[in-house]
Amino acid sequence: MADPIIISASPHIHAARTSEKVMYDVLYALIPAFLVSIYVFGIRALVLTSVAVISCIVFEYLIQKYLLKTESTITDGSALITGILLAFNLPSNLPIWMIIVGALIAIGVAKLSFGGLGYNIFNPALVGRVFLLVCFPVQMTSWPTAVENNWSLVDAVTGETTLGIIKEGLMYGETMSTISEKIPSTMELLLGITSGSVGEMSALALLLGGIFLIVRKVITWHIPATIIVTMAVVTGVFWLVNPEQYANPLIHILSGGAILGAFYMATDLVTSPMTKKGMVIFAIGIAIITVVIRLFGAYPEGISFAILIMNAFVPLINKYFKPRRFGNQIKSKIV
Amino acid sequence: MLKTFPKGGIHPEENKITSSKAIKRMPVPKVVYVPIAQHIGIPAEIIVDRKDKVEIGQVIAKSGGFVSSNIHSPVAGTVTKLDMIVDTSGYKKQCIVIRTDQKNESNFEIPDFPLKKEISMDQKNILQQITDCGIVGLGGATFPSHVKLDLKNDNHVDCLIINGVECEPYLTADHRLMLEKADEIIVGIQILMHALHINEAIIGIENNKKDAIKVLKQAAKSDKRIKVAALQVKYPQGSEKQLITAIVQREVPIGGLPMDVGVIVHNVGTIFAIYQAVQYDQPLIERVVTVTGKKIENASNFWVRIGTPIKDLVEEVGGLPEGTRKIVNGGPMMGKAIKNTDVPVTKGTSGILVISEDEASRQDPKNCIRCGQCVFVCPMGLEPHLLMNLSEKGMYEKAAYEDIMTCIECGSCSYVCPSHRPLLDYIRFGKSIVKKINTTKN
Repeated sequence: MADPIIISASPHIHAARTSEKVMYDVLYALIPAFLVSIYVFGIRALVLTSVAVISCIVFEYLIQKYLLKTESTITDGSALITGILLAFNLPSNLPIWMIIVGALIAIGVAKLSFGGLGYNIFNPALVGRVFLLVCFPVQMTSWPTAVENNWSLVDAVTGETTLGIIKEGLMYGETMSTISEKIPSTMELLLGITSGSVGEMSALALLLGGIFLIVRKVITWHIPATIIVTMAVVTGVFWLVNPEQYANPLIHILSGGAILGAFYMATDLVTSPMTKKGMVIFAIGIAIITVVIRLFGAYPEGISFAILIMNAFVPLINKYFKPRRFGNQIKSKIV
Repeated sequence: MLKTFPKGGIHPEENKITSSKAIKRMPVPKVVYVPIAQHIGIPAEIIVDRKDKVEIGQVIAKSGGFVSSNIHSPVAGTVTKLDMIVDTSGYKKQCIVIRTDQKNESNFEIPDFPLKKEISMDQKNILQQITDCGIVGLGGATFPSHVKLDLKNDNHVDCLIINGVECEPYLTADHRLMLEKADEIIVGIQILMHALHINEAIIGIENNKKDAIKVLKQAAKSDKRIKVAALQVKYPQGSEKQLITAIVQREVPIGGLPMDVGVIVHNVGTIFAIYQAVQYDQPLIERVVTVTGKKIENASNFWVRIGTPIKDLVEEVGGLPEGTRKIVNGGPMMGKAIKNTDVPVTKGTSGILVISEDEASRQDPKNCIRCGQCVFVCPMGLEPHLLMNLSEKGMYEKAAYEDIMTCIECGSCSYVCPSHRPLLDYIRFGKSIVKKINTTKN
């Protein structure tokens, strides 16, 4: 026998599922939403996403090679996902250099300074986005209008997002019934023919990818379903009390980053709780904070902040919401 | 909806290659190597010496205490050596080497025991017979059976569960036994019910063995007290605690025994051994072993004498295939990898699995991505990632507080981990340290 016999402890078989495969499943899930944004924003969406992805990977490589002097992990797909998710959270006409800054913050600060994949507390793409939003509020909140400027690279006509229109309208004393004439219809929101960040366009495309992730068991339904249901309930209560002052739950769920956040950002494996009980608590927190920011805060949209805030609670949630140990509470019918 | 245990579990590829292969009888080996520690508990004490002539079924090592078991000679022959050999644990253990007497006809008679339904023994004698015949749990844990049956602590046991789950991939020994010895198994169950005054017995079988479910249902028709429960296919359903929750929805408390919830569990192989011991005074000297592997030519199930070197079995199925890199005593989830094929078959050997190059090596572990898969699949509600970290960092007290000792070592966590982290390795290590700390404390 040429090769020695291997002695190792059980188990001797493996599910053959690797972190890389998990990452690539996420990648496939983002394809429909990406196609929609290319349709809506044209070549800009492509440029923005490529710049974000390439800078994330390059920064990860450079920092690991020259600063940390550790083994490179760029092939595990996580930097790629961070790049795409970062791009999906940015307006498509953002200057290229800002995208690069966002990528540096996402990879350098939010991911690698914490110890790399698996050790980061906050979702890197969201840290990148929120950093840009705070530093460059003007550029970060001027979104090109949909479809009409397809395939052109020059500065385009910009418009506001649905949530932005609502927020501003209400601030100037308009009522929902007059505002609703200015915002896209539910169908347009579903298909994504509206202004917004690159990836948050089409709720339908995002849902499609989200369902794929659940089917492939990359994520479970707990976080997205809880976020959406809680958001619907909370905004629903306000809407029922005063439909002239508050938008209906459907608008809240379909517009802004709600679906993108619920399925792709909040479910980030590293920064979400590890038990199902914990996930539900985490998701309720995100939904409530999001709604509070949307209805009462200065920003029209708040899911990025909400996710980051709840990210900080994850270690605590993991500590206090443990799975029930087998045999701990004896509920069985002992005779 | 079929029954199953509620928490965790995985679905590894079944690979039950040998499920249609009838159990063949292995030729009696020329030399047998009989270790004296084949069961959990105190090793047996050798009562023969070099050059002694022994008869088939003669006691050669006597039970060393209450949690111990007799060991019988699997062949008629001469004791040639009392030696130290490497057994499945990987350590050298004491063992009795017996050369088979090629002239003694009793070695080559095929034991033929016609079905005997009448139970003539009384309760006390049945339990004595099980003790004397060296019956241990044949599912793999090898816990001496008479200890499980000793109900003097006033435990009220109302249900006997028979474990015919065989949830380990590849293994088919119990499956074949149920198909071929269904009537005997039913009588074996009746013997135990008679001895323990239990009026309900449930045989748990996973639904991937539909033929066995059918055959046993047919065999149990005459006795209304015995039921067959078809279970969903899910690993580790064959684990005692999981099986009990699946069948009677009772949860064995932490640190407790099945008796505490009024249940006793026995494997079908053990039941058959009990049948033979009680009805025919046949000690435990042979068992069914599945010899299998994806590249094995004639993978099959065999009746094998205890002490047969594994190389004889491998020879019988066509030798080790090219590129063999791992030999496992048991199933792929919980079996032990062995160094070479000189290791003998013991009472706990349910299968020999030969694994080749492509599946033998582990991948390098990567960072934990905190996906929570290990938590989701753990049937005991533990957090394997946390226990691994605590063991790695030497925080054993904390690990004990996080219930590390309740781990059943089913390996589901290591199986699913997308980062290929050696979760169970560290948990086992942590458990051994915690055990040491606990014993020094007391």
